[in-house]
Amino acid sequence: MTFNAPHIDYSGLSPVIALTAGIVVVLMVGLLPRIGRFTVAGLTIAVLAVTAARCIIEWNTNENLVAGALRLDAFGLAATLIACTAAAIVVLLSIREPAAEEAGFGAFYALLLGSVLGMTLIAQAQNLVAFFVALELLSIPLYVLCASARRHESSLESGLKYLIIGSIGSATLLYGFALLYGASGSTDFSGIAHALGPGGKGNDTLVLIGTAMVLTGLAFKTSVAPFHQWTPDVYQGAPTPITAFMAVATKAAAFIALARLFEVALGPIAHDWKPALAALAVASIAIGNIGALGQDSLKRLMGYSGIAQAGYMLAGVVVATETGLKALVFYLAAYVLMNLAVFAVIVARERETSQGDHIEAVAGIGRSRPLLAWPLTIGMLALAGIPGTSGFMGKLFLIEATVDGGYTWLGVVIVVGSMVSLAYYLRVVAAMWMRTDPGAAPAAMPAIAGGSPEADAAHPKGTGRCVLIAGSALVCAAATVAFGVAPSPLIDWASHAASSLATTI
Amino acid sequence: MIQILLWAPLAAGLLACALPRALVPVPPVLTAVIRLGLVIYVVANFNPSLGLQHTVNESWIPALGVRYQLGVDGISIFLVLLTSVLWLASTIWSTVNRPERERTWFLMLGLAETATLGAFLAQDLILFVLFFDLMLIPFYFLFGSWGTEHPGRPEEGEGPIRPQPAVIKMIVYTLVGSLLMLVGAIATGILAANGGPIDFNIQHLAAHPLGSGSQYWIFWFFAAAFLVKMPAFPLHAWMPDAYRVAPLPALALFSGVLSKVGAYGFLRVVLPVFPAATTHFQEVILIIALVSILYGSVMAYTQTSARLILGYSSVAQLGFITLGIFSLRPDGADGAVLQMVNHGLVVAPLMLIAVVLVARAGTDDITKMGGLAIRAPVLAALFLVATMALLAIPGSSNFIGEFYILNGIFQAKIVFAFIAAIGIAMAAYYALRLYQHAMHNRKPDGIESREVGFMDGAVIAALVACIVALALYPGLILHRADHSTAASVAASRQAAPTQVAER
Repeated sequence: MTFNAPHIDYSGLSPVIALTAGIVVVLMVGLLPRIGRFTVAGLTIAVLAVTAARCIIEWNTNENLVAGALRLDAFGLAATLIACTAAAIVVLLSIREPAAEEAGFGAFYALLLGSVLGMTLIAQAQNLVAFFVALELLSIPLYVLCASARRHESSLESGLKYLIIGSIGSATLLYGFALLYGASGSTDFSGIAHALGPGGKGNDTLVLIGTAMVLTGLAFKTSVAPFHQWTPDVYQGAPTPITAFMAVATKAAAFIALARLFEVALGPIAHDWKPALAALAVASIAIGNIGALGQDSLKRLMGYSGIAQAGYMLAGVVVATETGLKALVFYLAAYVLMNLAVFAVIVARERETSQGDHIEAVAGIGRSRPLLAWPLTIGMLALAGIPGTSGFMGKLFLIEATVDGGYTWLGVVIVVGSMVSLAYYLRVVAAMWMRTDPGAAPAAMPAIAGGSPEADAAHPKGTGRCVLIAGSALVCAAATVAFGVAPSPLIDWASHAASSLATTI
Repeated sequence: MIQILLWAPLAAGLLACALPRALVPVPPVLTAVIRLGLVIYVVANFNPSLGLQHTVNESWIPALGVRYQLGVDGISIFLVLLTSVLWLASTIWSTVNRPERERTWFLMLGLAETATLGAFLAQDLILFVLFFDLMLIPFYFLFGSWGTEHPGRPEEGEGPIRPQPAVIKMIVYTLVGSLLMLVGAIATGILAANGGPIDFNIQHLAAHPLGSGSQYWIFWFFAAAFLVKMPAFPLHAWMPDAYRVAPLPALALFSGVLSKVGAYGFLRVVLPVFPAATTHFQEVILIIALVSILYGSVMAYTQTSARLILGYSSVAQLGFITLGIFSLRPDGADGAVLQMVNHGLVVAPLMLIAVVLVARAGTDDITKMGGLAIRAPVLAALFLVATMALLAIPGSSNFIGEFYILNGIFQAKIVFAFIAAIGIAMAAYYALRLYQHAMHNRKPDGIESREVGFMDGAVIAALVACIVALALYPGLILHRADHSTAASVAASRQAAPTQVAER
């Protein structure tokens, strides 16, 4: 009896290998005595850079890995690239973060890399088991990271909430997977698609219930309404760099994975899930935009804004066309940049003032800190979809996809949502430019929801202006404007990613 | 050349940000003068029979078929001229009376001009929508940051009006229309392509109109955007608050130019691209225009704030312009184009005069003003000329514009012409009331009658000179615009709804 060693495509797995090795190295180096925070951070960024470089090298590859459990294609790699970019900026944001200090820089960054690894895998997964494992790998480090500011009550609360809600989401998803497997007899996406295909079990009750449960589980992860309730609380309590990471990277990876699962495995029953997804998109747009209206905490506001944005992105999946996927990938990339610009400024102001993430923290910075005010302004306008920013281009493509795919009414819902969203995005802009800086006077501490005395004592106030943070904000804002004026490179990138998935279908 | 025209204001604004404080206004003023020269050169060499001129056509977003297409024709050229004149006036005005945070002010002024010119020059539907939406953002900053709180009308139980909520209201209102227009524009392109390559060129879209069913709903997406922008009667609710808090030099531009973009949009986009819907809904729009005229005139007569009198008079005037456009006759549309320029030239100096009045009286309430003419004969004279033009006295260019409009509508829908004529009489009431209350009557205590400053007076006088010049030679516009307006209304005149096959 001969034993055939499985063929392992090391080149194709290289992004995963780089990340895994990086986790170990960063964790170990972090344990060494007399290691500065900059060394660990630099090492983490180096790992992310190597991963991103491997992704770019593999950009044109289209092949199955690990016996078909993973699919190496540009669609999945796009998620990895987005996650790496986001993680690198989050590393820069968290260099002086008290939470990272408390958790130990090695552990903090290793967990971050672990989550990126989960994102890489889930974006490539085309097998239910691999998908689920990757989802857990993505989520569990995030639960810990949310709670990493251990002396901050709200951070612990946030981590616990996320853990409980996340587990419910995972459990629902797993149940759904079990039903899908039961109905189709396969865990491979292609096998499921085959079983559901023409003359198959497309109308099987098990399949429909399973699909609904899978959709519910993923809706928890992507914070799509009505499964969004955790989002504002968790976003507000978590250390701000982690909030930024959850808001952008998790969303990007989860949407890429959702698109692959629905388009590839469940493609044959698209007519069944399309209306459901459209309904969820509408609910998200409505609830997110209305919920954000009265928020004074910037992180909560961004949480609700993220729910609304998830609704817009879902529209790209709903139409189930290559145009829709292209619009989704483009929007995800644009969304990451504009959101990070916003979060970088929130982090900077948290360090500079005692207002935390309250909207008062940015009041009057148009005059006192123009280099922070411009990125935040551009980020807010881009999120609202104002021309001249990548946000407008993203909306343009999404609307084009909806009209093209026969969902014109969904396009109308998107623009109505954008109009409502202006009311709160512009409120932040107004606070920056049309008010004076209250911080000039030694302001009395206002009651901030979620703030606790110990945490405030732990925060080194006024630790100076962090060049790295302002720099990342400026770079993200500049890229947002650049892709708003000359979107072609990003479009080509997105359409390549979208067409690579189309070859699988 | 047209590219320089379009992008120079923004470039000058950015350059101004990098200069030391004393030199900040230099690039904006300098480029504004040069650009005015350029525009005059273009107007002088304009050949009315050639249609679109000075075209630029570059690929921009190939994935969506959006092209960077610019050009001027007989309609847009005069609005570009108006834009250049008013922006030069406003730039010089803000150089003389420096606002605080002047770098941002000039940057926003430059961005606003680029966006406005872009809307007039764009020949690609998506590009037009993009500039149309973009216009709003600089004005958001201009109104919000430099706006002042207005006491409101305490006697009617209205509290003070703060700039921020007023401006957010304005933005949300106007974007309701313009974002729907974005959906409409994309739908037009996709439906027109019918599976083929998507093309958003306005002329190409006009050559192959959509089925009337699609036209009907897309028409309203566009009409909503343009009617809000003007503003027309039921959609004007953002106007009173925004007009009362806005800084007047910026409001002169907003009222003088931006309100015209709506009317221009009807001529440029709606009439040619949606001819079946235009004829179908002609009377609905005419009624809206008529109500705007009557409502605006009545409101202008009852208001005490000088800003609001001008604001509501704009509602009425834009009603006339809409009436002219939707007479769907070349003479009506010609009159509308002339009237767009006229109104811009009249309302801008009046807004600047309002600045002078407010500086002397300390309020914009005309019932608390009076007697300002005593020691300010020059100001009184300038004000009088502008007022006479506003009420369209025979001999003014406004008279000719309104005559053309009424002539057009008289031949199209005679009933509307009769009712609209009432509006002209009402204009005399509110315009004269504004002038009398401010300049004549007994001078209340605490109000100083002072002559207008030399530079301020020079800016206003230059604008008034433009009014007089146009009154002497309205043919400047009528001859050149004739060809383009005829082309614009031609499609609608021919399109009976039944002739267009349903797609």
